[in-house]
Amino acid sequence: MNSKMKLFSYNQVDSPIHRLSGLTKLICFLLLTSTVMYSYDIRVILLIMLFSLLILKVSRIKFSQIRLMIIYVLIFLFTNAVISFFFSPEQGVEIYKTRHVIGNLYGSLKLTWEQLFYQFTKFFKYASVVPLGIIFLLTTNPSEFASSLNGVKVNFKAAYAFALTLRYFPDIQRNYHDISQAQQARGLDLSHKAKPMDRFKYALLIIIPLIFSTLDRIEMISNAMDLRGFAKSHTRTWYTYRKLQRRDYAAILVSILLFLAALGVSAFINHGRFYNPFI
Amino acid sequence: MNDQAIIEFQDFSFQYFSQADPTLYDINLKIHPGEKILIVGPSGSGKSTLGRCLNGLIPFSYKGVITGSLKINGIETTSLDIFNLSKLIGTVLQDSDGQFVGLTVGEDIAFALENDNVAHAEMHTRVKEVARMVDMHNWLSSSPFELSGGQKQRTSLAGVLIDDVPILLFDEPLANLDPATGKTAIEIIDDIHNNSGKTIIIIEHRLEDVLHRDIDRVIVIKEGRIIADMDAHELVSSRILKVTGIREPLYVTAMKYAGIHVTSKMLPGHITSLKLEGSRNALRAWYKAITPDDHHNTNPSILRMKNISFSYDGIQKVLDDINFNIREGEMVSIIGKNGAGKSTLSKLLCGFEKEDQGTIHYKEKDIKGMTIKERAETIGLVMQNPNQMISKPMIFDEVALGLRLRNVPEDEISHRVEMVLKTCGLAPFKDWPISALSYGQKKRVTIASILVLDPKILILDEPTAGQDFRHYTEIMKFLLEINKRGVTIILITHDMHLMLEYTPRSIVLSGGRKIADTLASVVLTDSHVIAEANLKETSLFKLAQLAGIEDGTNFVQRFIDYEKGMRN
Repeated sequence: MNSKMKLFSYNQVDSPIHRLSGLTKLICFLLLTSTVMYSYDIRVILLIMLFSLLILKVSRIKFSQIRLMIIYVLIFLFTNAVISFFFSPEQGVEIYKTRHVIGNLYGSLKLTWEQLFYQFTKFFKYASVVPLGIIFLLTTNPSEFASSLNGVKVNFKAAYAFALTLRYFPDIQRNYHDISQAQQARGLDLSHKAKPMDRFKYALLIIIPLIFSTLDRIEMISNAMDLRGFAKSHTRTWYTYRKLQRRDYAAILVSILLFLAALGVSAFINHGRFYNPFI
Repeated sequence: MNDQAIIEFQDFSFQYFSQADPTLYDINLKIHPGEKILIVGPSGSGKSTLGRCLNGLIPFSYKGVITGSLKINGIETTSLDIFNLSKLIGTVLQDSDGQFVGLTVGEDIAFALENDNVAHAEMHTRVKEVARMVDMHNWLSSSPFELSGGQKQRTSLAGVLIDDVPILLFDEPLANLDPATGKTAIEIIDDIHNNSGKTIIIIEHRLEDVLHRDIDRVIVIKEGRIIADMDAHELVSSRILKVTGIREPLYVTAMKYAGIHVTSKMLPGHITSLKLEGSRNALRAWYKAITPDDHHNTNPSILRMKNISFSYDGIQKVLDDINFNIREGEMVSIIGKNGAGKSTLSKLLCGFEKEDQGTIHYKEKDIKGMTIKERAETIGLVMQNPNQMISKPMIFDEVALGLRLRNVPEDEISHRVEMVLKTCGLAPFKDWPISALSYGQKKRVTIASILVLDPKILILDEPTAGQDFRHYTEIMKFLLEINKRGVTIILITHDMHLMLEYTPRSIVLSGGRKIADTLASVVLTDSHVIAEANLKETSLFKLAQLAGIEDGTNFVQRFIDYEKGMRN
């Protein structure tokens, strides 16, 4: 259970990335994500991907922690790639304005180098967001992050709600796990053998008790918070508050530079969002 | 003692908007600074509502009509908001896990200071100071998952103490703790009372456990009214507990069985203050007159674990070489502190997890190949919180769920559900929505929804947690009845009364190993097992010593046999 509980949630290790303020990590995450989202240049995307994999290593996240997530994302990306190929097999040709056919697939459906390159680029574009997201999620202390959000004038109630969600996430996860097992014992079939419609009905059989037992908790938590004076004034201080330090500014600077560099590549080298190796 | 009351109720009544009748009637009560008060009452008596009126949750979060007056420190509470009140009265809630707001101990203790805009540096200094008071200063950066129940509660306490409030209110502080941790909690509360002179109010229904340390006055609430306000000795020797449905201390019960007239002169409020002179012979005579039961069970084996080991991560063994044999028709308790492996054991039995080593046999047949669904037809599991299981709005549908998922024909379903509802005393509610039921009734529904699959073994996780004496007795009597119909019952529990009264045999786990598998009377008098499993020696054992009975364990066993004889 312990190893499962840590899945997808903050884990406390001392690494240079963990030592950065949560706000810094949010800004860097947004900058780098926008960079890969904006650019369709495979060189830029692979560079950011490499960079984020390096950061992943520095932040001492173990592969076992994220394996499941990676598998899901890969499955999603592959399905997405296959489906989008069948929907618009000539998308690459439209974009790159040339047509190099590799071979016939089926009827009039042809595979082109342009399409392959376009989908390859898109695949890595989405894939490179994954390590960034993982780093942000797994190395950010939620309450410290909430305090930095509040520091940049985000309403503290909203900021606290975020921290609280992450605080109770493992609880709810564990609760879900327990309920699901108990319902399986009553005969719930969650395997692939069940029909899709049944699976939806079965999911409800877990979610309803989950909601009710979670509502119980919410009442208790909000009472506990009221009794200790939450939101009595319009401001609050934070136990976990961290001032931005030199390393925070440095990290933000690196991200900004990467972002600007990507913009620069688009504007001056590619003259557009796409990198075209075919002309 | 100061003449000026710190808390004063005058003709105070309260009615929730959502209820047809008032929950509290004509409360008149004065509490003086520095007093230590215990408020007892069965579930639904209004004792928690009284607490909510004190700390301001009423009317801040729960709306209703207040009449009469409630003054704290001479100020009418209706003129104060919950935040002003929280500076006068600090509340430690029942579920220390649920009220753990912060991600770490330090953060949680600091919560009130954060809301008061205390500067960062000062906050850290004060958190350290207060954490030291409750001995949590080495755990400041730990998350709630790394803490034991007792540590969580101490963190909650520190979070309240940090405000230096004059009054502390404890709402059922023992509810989620094992016996040893509960005992420590009562000691910590008492130490704070002695060292700080704060006014202490404890709301609990477990009288004997709170009376482990001194209490100035006990207030008894029944059906919204104060029916007694006296010291512990007087209360215990009166008939009030019996009338109210609160469990009297076990040693007092034993004395009454022995025909001793318990008076307040004997100082029976605490086992440590009890004067038994003059009654020793009566107790000894009673003890000798009881014919011991035969506890030998020769039924064939129904469930056997052989050399079971299991670990979640492949490194730390959660269960280590567990062996036991449960015979048909037995009622067994599995006990041990949190993390001892009790829940894991039940998960292995139900097939939720797979054992690393060893085998599980049902009627001498290895059940390794059976799926969760198949096992559920022989081994049923009832979870602690009924809300974790209930997924249908109507009682009939909820109970029928397991059968419907197995595609049983509808006319057979309705026949079987009706039978089970009858067994569970739920027949009159057949067409009711579940939301109209009480907690205890909901519990029955969940038991019924498992029984409908006709399991031969029923595992219940903490079936009586949070229940007062009356509901506890109801649930346990019901389980006894099912047991008599031939269902083998395994109870996972912290509750020592439950072990003593209902499960002749206890299996004790500690650190994933079985450390005892014997009579409950032996377990609860063996100092070694008691210490390892976070149990508490039963007061009956002390009573035996006071009476000069050498074989205390046997005394406890005879008490159990006697009670059982009375039930039949």
